[in-house]
Amino acid sequence: MNYFDRDLESVHQQLVNGDVTSAELTKQTLANIAAQEPDLQAYLAMNEAAVEQAEAVDAAGIDPDNVLSGMPVAIKDNLVTTNMPTTAASKMLENFHSLFNATVVEKLQAAGAIIVGKTNLDEFAMGSSTEKSAYQTTKNPWDLTTVPGGSSGGSAATVSAGQVLASLGSDTGGSIRQPASFTGVVGMKPTYGRVSRWGLIAFGSSFDQVGPFTRTVKDNAYLLNAIAGHDDHDATSSDQEVPDFTAHLNDGVQGMRIALPKEYLGDGIAPAVKDAIRAAAKQYEDLGATVETVSLPHAKYGVMAYYALASSEASSNLERFDGIRYGYRSPEAKNLEDLYVQTRSTGFGNEVKRRIMLGTFALSAGSFDKYFKKAAQIRTLIIEDFQKVFQDHDLIMGPTAPTKAFQIGSESTDPTEMYVNDVMTIPVNLAGLPGMSLPAGFSDGLPIGMQLIGKPFAESTLYQAGHAFEQNTDFHQHTPQLGGK
Amino acid sequence: MSEKVDQARTQHIAGLAKLKIADQELAQFTDQLNEMLAMLDKLEAVDTEGVTPTYSVTDQLNVLRPDVANNWGERDALLRNAPESVDGLIRVPTIIDESEDK
Repeated sequence: MNYFDRDLESVHQQLVNGDVTSAELTKQTLANIAAQEPDLQAYLAMNEAAVEQAEAVDAAGIDPDNVLSGMPVAIKDNLVTTNMPTTAASKMLENFHSLFNATVVEKLQAAGAIIVGKTNLDEFAMGSSTEKSAYQTTKNPWDLTTVPGGSSGGSAATVSAGQVLASLGSDTGGSIRQPASFTGVVGMKPTYGRVSRWGLIAFGSSFDQVGPFTRTVKDNAYLLNAIAGHDDHDATSSDQEVPDFTAHLNDGVQGMRIALPKEYLGDGIAPAVKDAIRAAAKQYEDLGATVETVSLPHAKYGVMAYYALASSEASSNLERFDGIRYGYRSPEAKNLEDLYVQTRSTGFGNEVKRRIMLGTFALSAGSFDKYFKKAAQIRTLIIEDFQKVFQDHDLIMGPTAPTKAFQIGSESTDPTEMYVNDVMTIPVNLAGLPGMSLPAGFSDGLPIGMQLIGKPFAESTLYQAGHAFEQNTDFHQHTPQLGGK
Repeated sequence: MSEKVDQARTQHIAGLAKLKIADQELAQFTDQLNEMLAMLDKLEAVDTEGVTPTYSVTDQLNVLRPDVANNWGERDALLRNAPESVDGLIRVPTIIDESEDK
């Protein structure tokens, strides 16, 4: 059983008709995951109660008005859950059990979704390949020798492999969109504040946002419908009205004004990626949209500003991991100071240590103005660049990542080189805008992603444009070898 | 590339973050920190005179809840996550280093 020829609506209809029960569906899903897990390594924990929960949904009756009723989904393991451990792929949190569920988990469960398991990620969501997990390296279903991207690589891979129709990830600098691009699925990073961060283990608090992975744009809109909205538990969650994100999917792009930043087709972008984006622009023009070249002059400083700001926030957020109240504690400690230092030095991986140290340095008295404040000023300039473009355009298009998925282990020991993977996704997080990646081509058999960027809280526009593209192309219908054969 | 931090400075920064870098990794961490700082130095090229910094993109400021006591009542469950607890309290190593009294 895989979901390659299905979508949420068709499986939902089967559940409503009684052609399959949620319990049967969940068992098949779990069996499929188990069969592929030795190759894929996408999961850190499975929900032992999944079938029981599915039986309860069956007993209560599938809700005919809710496509998630009885539907298996997966969530990234930096979202806390009460009935499964939450590790954020760190040794620091091995054996940690949350006392509450993340708000998005509560919302999925309230919709009747069956959470089948917790997916692998780069430790504390810091990375672009899912090789930085303390536990395992997730593989890309299209080619097991390549990375699925990161940090939400597990959530992307499980959807790409046809194991589930939907999963949740988190995106601080591109961690939903880049793995969506590498694995050929749809990934949405909503507007900052659109989705509650309550129960998402914080990395960069002013950037982090939870969002869905799916195989189609419409399915993605259904997931965002389920998880969006204000939450009293999250002071940064917005009270903006949540529309039905599926309502305008069929409105097309006739008359839509699309901007294509020249910086997004510049040096460092692989020729095949450029070709795919130019072809997509042509597709949009054929469908009645106008595509104009624009400039985001400060976007090239996004990566640097991001690492100064997000690392600073990470150094502050990760202070809580001290070995006292929960998680890993070093057995070597002789006194309290020693307990902090030993625990953190052996509990965190090197990528996390690097970012904590960079953040500590950027926030220190002699560096604050030079790095932290300067980066925050450049953040303002990047926001203003986007605002100027959005005065005359409905959305921005460009590549999601500069290349297709790269080989496992090919990552240079120079961390700054890896950070360039996020060069086109990071400005979106700095500005808090919604961004979506969807399949737009292939290069040597590996997927290429197109990124659509919208005005604040204009996710509907992205879904509308994404759906129009999807209806006129077949990139999303290709399936990877692993699950498709 | 100009060196911004040497190995002693790297260990000092680590110390501020309650980390200690193993000797065999110190050279690599120092190099990488210098590379990252060199990358951040490119920010100096941008004219930010008079630009207001943005620390958060949300318009939700000073969100307050009513000042009502909320006794969560989850002490036992919380303590189950603590690495070591005794008599309803979290146990940690001795705070006072008695060797300094000698």
